[in-house]
Amino acid sequence: MTESRPNAAPQGAERSAGATISAFPPRRSFLARFQRWEWMLVGLIALVVLLNSQLSPYFLDARNLSRTSSDFMEIGLMMLPMVFIIITGGIDLSVASNLAMCASFMGWLFMRGVPIWPAALAALLLGALGGLFNGLLVARVKLPPLVVTLGTYAFYRGVAYVLLGDQAARGYPASFTYIGQGKLPGTLIPFSVALFILLAIIFGLVLHRTSFGRTLFAIGNNENATAYSGVPVARIKIIVYTISGLMAGLAGLVLAARFGSTRPDIGVGLELAVITAAVLGGVDINGGIGTMGGAVLSLLLIGLLRFGMGLLNIQGQVQGMVIGLLLILSILLPNVARTLSLRGGSTHQRGRLATAAAVVAVFVLFGLFFFWSRAQVLGAG
Amino acid sequence: MSAQHPPARRNNLLTLVARYREAGIAIFILILAVLVTLRAPAFLTLNNFRDILLNISILSIVALAQTMVIITKGIDLSVGSIIGLVAMMVAFVFKASPEFPVVLSLPLGMLLGATLGAFNGLIISYGRVPPIIATLGTLSIYRGLVFFYSQGTWINSFELPAAFKQLSKGTPLGLPNMVIIAILFALAVYYFLNHTRTGRNIYAVGSNAEAAQMAGIPRQRIIFLVYVLTGLAAGLAAVLWVSRFESAQTNTALGFELQTVAASVVGGVSISGGVGTVPGVLLGALLLGMIDNSLPLLRISPFWQLALQGLLILTAVVVDNLILRRSQRRGRR
Repeated sequence: MTESRPNAAPQGAERSAGATISAFPPRRSFLARFQRWEWMLVGLIALVVLLNSQLSPYFLDARNLSRTSSDFMEIGLMMLPMVFIIITGGIDLSVASNLAMCASFMGWLFMRGVPIWPAALAALLLGALGGLFNGLLVARVKLPPLVVTLGTYAFYRGVAYVLLGDQAARGYPASFTYIGQGKLPGTLIPFSVALFILLAIIFGLVLHRTSFGRTLFAIGNNENATAYSGVPVARIKIIVYTISGLMAGLAGLVLAARFGSTRPDIGVGLELAVITAAVLGGVDINGGIGTMGGAVLSLLLIGLLRFGMGLLNIQGQVQGMVIGLLLILSILLPNVARTLSLRGGSTHQRGRLATAAAVVAVFVLFGLFFFWSRAQVLGAG
Repeated sequence: MSAQHPPARRNNLLTLVARYREAGIAIFILILAVLVTLRAPAFLTLNNFRDILLNISILSIVALAQTMVIITKGIDLSVGSIIGLVAMMVAFVFKASPEFPVVLSLPLGMLLGATLGAFNGLIISYGRVPPIIATLGTLSIYRGLVFFYSQGTWINSFELPAAFKQLSKGTPLGLPNMVIIAILFALAVYYFLNHTRTGRNIYAVGSNAEAAQMAGIPRQRIIFLVYVLTGLAAGLAAVLWVSRFESAQTNTALGFELQTVAASVVGGVSISGGVGTVPGVLLGALLLGMIDNSLPLLRISPFWQLALQGLLILTAVVVDNLILRRSQRRGRR
């Protein structure tokens, strides 16, 4: 437990504050709460904006920015409760599958003649039920969240396929597609962005300004101690997973409205984007540490980065590569820096250097082979 | 749980659970086989059995490696992407030089896979990045490399030499080569996990990392090693994959990591570490393969496959939990 705590150093204060459950931490000003991790994200965002606006004249275009921002709102909606879950030390791999199950259920009902809004409401309920099921298995049956949500990751996506098969539900009325495609009247702000901002503020206030939020940190720091101090840990976990399901359902509606149709493979792989956004935002995967502001900033960073790379005609999968690298580096670099500063004058330097050189040589050889074999085929054809 | 019981007893209980589990899953497989045969006699034919074995060979190889990772309390979500990248690289080699010796493709794939696994291992063991985060990152990175490497092109059947396509399917020894390779791999993993010091250390690191460290077990090196081995297994699987399906695509083995974890978990491997056996995982892979195989025979829509897989995982972990609680209660008396 002691190892692999990313960002523990910059946010140590937050952590010890979370360990005392009864009292609220002393009120600090907004800027004081804004910790080092968040400032780093702000710096990275500034860097990305600067670079991109140099590289492409289309980057700082309000219309473009408005269109691209709605591409990330489903991820954002699911990220908000994911921050809660990860802070309690859990994880929910099933969100994107739950999204697909809800969107498919809505489409399935709609194609059978149910009006769109009752169908959408039913889909939201199904999403909450899906989350509740996860929560019950995690909190009552006491199964590891990773396996539970891996099981429902397959199960919920499977239900989507059972419902729609190889068909697509389409023909949603304009009043419904508005939630995914429409803009606030008289502005360039997409409705989904406004919805996300509103919910992000609510989730942020709940996490950082209520006793419910404090208990989430407490559970993540020491679940047993929290339970012994009279907190209904199981009930809180169930609530958090249910909210996650509900938000996945909401994201499903928004995504179906944006596409104007639903297929069972809708939103496949989004759970990775959601978890990446939360962790890059400084939320510790081991629980107990994190801020909503950091998560929102990292979503903004990922969005701007992807948008800029898209303008440079970089393939979506290669963009994913950059995000993946950023995710690993965000945890690896602080760890390496701490290890180096702790080690100082070690006696095993020479042996370690030889090993390091061997490892580097292997990776260099791999790289050489990678480019050589690639050139053999692509260079010829 | 671990706070109430000394580690040793917890281990005994968990091995007990594992033993129950293997018997349980074997009985379940038999019942399922009887039920499917009653409704679709075509199930119980030698040909169909061979089909199932072919289908689960690749899964078994990677699931066994995944099991070693899970035993150390880790997880490797990047195996699907490693398979995709190595598959593409090996296919490129054969497209560029069709006369490349077919037998050498196996060590080549394993070497490439092991390198990718070593990268995982480095950032997890020495960089202390949590396994789920590290392999989530490399899942995207390696898949992105597939696109960058191939520029979106596919390698099709006609671009691969016939001898290579026969590598997986040829039957000089009676069974398809691929099945034999999988059996040999399983035997090797069985021997490694049960009869070598390093193999036992993998269990030790998984059941109690701190105690293992105090006992002088090189924890970091063990953790590094299991990811290298998983990469190696994924590389081997990639070569067999290209040979069997006669193509390499940018989405080869996309989402395959789920199936490997599913086979492990259904086979009784505990996600909290320290527990898992080779026979259990093989039975888990067999059960998954049997379900996939019997759906079309029973004329059930293939769209049910994923939902059933999910239910199977959930059932397996719930049953594990019940057995564990029961045997704990018995142990307390």
